[in-house]
Amino acid sequence: MADATPTRRPRPISPFLFPPTGIYRWQITSTLSILHRVSGIALGFGALLLTWWLLALLGEPSDFDAVQAFLGSPLGLLLLLGWTWALFFHLSNGIRHLVWDTAHGLELPSVYRSGWTVVILSVVLTAATWVAGYFLV
Amino acid sequence: MVSHHPQKRLAGPLARARGLGSAKHGLQHWWTQRVSAVALVPLTLWFVYSVVHLTGADQARVHAWLSRPATAILMSLFIVATFYHLALGVQVVIEDYVHREGVKLTTMLLVKGLIVLTAAAALFAVLRVAVGS
Repeated sequence: MADATPTRRPRPISPFLFPPTGIYRWQITSTLSILHRVSGIALGFGALLLTWWLLALLGEPSDFDAVQAFLGSPLGLLLLLGWTWALFFHLSNGIRHLVWDTAHGLELPSVYRSGWTVVILSVVLTAATWVAGYFLV
Repeated sequence: MVSHHPQKRLAGPLARARGLGSAKHGLQHWWTQRVSAVALVPLTLWFVYSVVHLTGADQARVHAWLSRPATAILMSLFIVATFYHLALGVQVVIEDYVHREGVKLTTMLLVKGLIVLTAAAALFAVLRVAVGS
């Protein structure tokens, strides 16, 4: 009756949680949450660039030109574009957090709506800033 | 948290009156993070507006812009609020991901030291331009 050699079932292991291969469905809430942190860290590196730019004002005009030349290079422009978006995202999502701190907008439909508003707003403001910068040169 | 069973209250009356909790800082970190965030809303919009207007500017033009009193004051405030907010945010990230006490303390001191150093350099640059060398 009792089997001499019980078949060994694979023991449960902790599943990988995050999309695309994990068990969780993608959701905007967690995505914007981690993006808030990632954009904040990115902006910290942006603050280093701002400091470099300001310090270059104390040197020769050619020192400042070197900073401007780097910022005008393809890599520099890509970094600036990324920082512009990170800034507007962190700003608008930060305001979303401040609203939550007043215990408003915490119902799930409201959270989704404000989340998508932040995404759209950050892209629109980034585009508007770059268009404005382009026409002012 | 509020218990009506006196035996279940772990904190003494003085600790509860102070309301500082186990970290001994109470709401200070949370509150100052919000205060700096609120300050950064108008300051950031001003900064972006200014930088857009300075697209492609040479050193003389940026120097002249920054030496105006209003610019120097707003830029100083922007720098202080930015690096303060950054230090508070980075602290939470480190506390969340670095768990070994020694590594955590070392990372915290290094990163916050770098933030303070950078903030001082940025502020010095603004004051040097604004006040003149």
